[in-house]
Amino acid sequence: MNILTHEPYRLLLALVALLAFVGVNAMYLVLAERKGAGRFQRRPGPNEAGYGGWLQPVADVAKLLSKQLLVPPGTDTILFRLAPLIVLAPAMMCLAVVPFSDTLTARDVNFGLLMVFSFGSINVLAIMLSGWSSRNKYAIISAARVVSQNVAYEIPMLLVAITLLMITGTMDLNEIVRQQAGGFWHWNLFRVWVNPLMPVTFVIYFICMLAETNRAPFDMAEAESELVAGAFTEYAGMGFGVFFMAEYANIVLGSSLATVLFLGGWQSPFGVFSGVLWFLLKMYALVFTVIWVRWTFPRTQFYGLLNLSWKILIPISLFTLLLSSALLKLVHA
Amino acid sequence: MKASILEVPRGFWSLLVGMRVTLTQFFKPVVTVPYPHKTLPIPARYRGHIELVVDPATGRPLCTACKLCERACPSDCIFVDGAKREGEKKKSVTEYRLDFTKCSLCGSCVEACASDAIRFSKDYNLAGTRKEAYQYDLVQRAAEEAKKP
Repeated sequence: MNILTHEPYRLLLALVALLAFVGVNAMYLVLAERKGAGRFQRRPGPNEAGYGGWLQPVADVAKLLSKQLLVPPGTDTILFRLAPLIVLAPAMMCLAVVPFSDTLTARDVNFGLLMVFSFGSINVLAIMLSGWSSRNKYAIISAARVVSQNVAYEIPMLLVAITLLMITGTMDLNEIVRQQAGGFWHWNLFRVWVNPLMPVTFVIYFICMLAETNRAPFDMAEAESELVAGAFTEYAGMGFGVFFMAEYANIVLGSSLATVLFLGGWQSPFGVFSGVLWFLLKMYALVFTVIWVRWTFPRTQFYGLLNLSWKILIPISLFTLLLSSALLKLVHA
Repeated sequence: MKASILEVPRGFWSLLVGMRVTLTQFFKPVVTVPYPHKTLPIPARYRGHIELVVDPATGRPLCTACKLCERACPSDCIFVDGAKREGEKKKSVTEYRLDFTKCSLCGSCVEACASDAIRFSKDYNLAGTRKEAYQYDLVQRAAEEAKKP
């Protein structure tokens, strides 16, 4: 009999696989980020460790692991230690419901979208805890920024999600992907006959994803020119490394979700050869775009960031929500 | 009202233009040089510390130990000594010491030289841990340079 049919074993295996996936991803996305930064600035990037620098992540990890885990005096020790765990765990939880292909899902639940968004917001709590428990001015400022930033960007993101939910009519991520079968013109991104503003909602989702993962140009949490390293200032060695890993895990998660919701998940754009390859291709294309955006735009000012959310993204996403609900009621009823 | 609404698509368009700019840079070749492995050619008028010019015919320095450079040096970092060899009209250099810790590369010595016997070298990898490493014996250096192919 097949051991994989037993649910506990299957879940354990999926958890180990996801841990490995997240770890290796973080290692090599750091390299991709540095290589990408190099290429955007017309320099080669790290190229000394191994051929073309492909061993650089190994060197980075060895360095981080060999460092002492310092806990500065006066910190809230328990919260300080707990924060890196809380920051990584939700990303892992969310990846468990992401359908990498029609059969490759750790746990196929029918409320996947709800789960991703509810766990996804814990990330903010972790960064706030790390900032709060560090007993450091920069970290506190960073924590305050992260909270106001994420509260501001959670709203347009959820409005976009609700718009999508109304169109698809299901929270099952696998079902959402199945609905987009048959070619790229069936992807939610191009479903303009349901709602002519679908590409706009995708752009809003993408911008919110950048803000939620605290990526440049919205990296107010670790604005190194003002806040040293923000909430991560007091973390040494692997404590810092875990935050880094979580950042990349969240980017992968956000890109996966964008792929599932808008780009047809594991569906092939031409209707043939659907599978995990297409999913990874689309996801890494989005990850590349995230890196590309980071090395194109300078960091926004904080009020600019909040203005963008409250004055532009939220009104537009509310409008798309109203438009698609009206269209669904009147035209597609 | 209309202006502030139009600002949104215009702003978004300008962001796309910026992303196009960086993407075109992404696919262009690398412009930096991996320094210790490769170096850029040194410009012809680069000013390193001075060195003695060797006469290719005799294999000996052209310097006649006239001490014009020693006198021209504003930082007093050159010491020259010479002796007359048998059967030769002019003196030839026996000792030429340069204290590079004091030299400011002004080039007065090169200008003052009557027989074009000193020039700027192209040395630039000049890190050292001791002060004495910068007391150059240029006669010895010229002899070593002459031995090189």
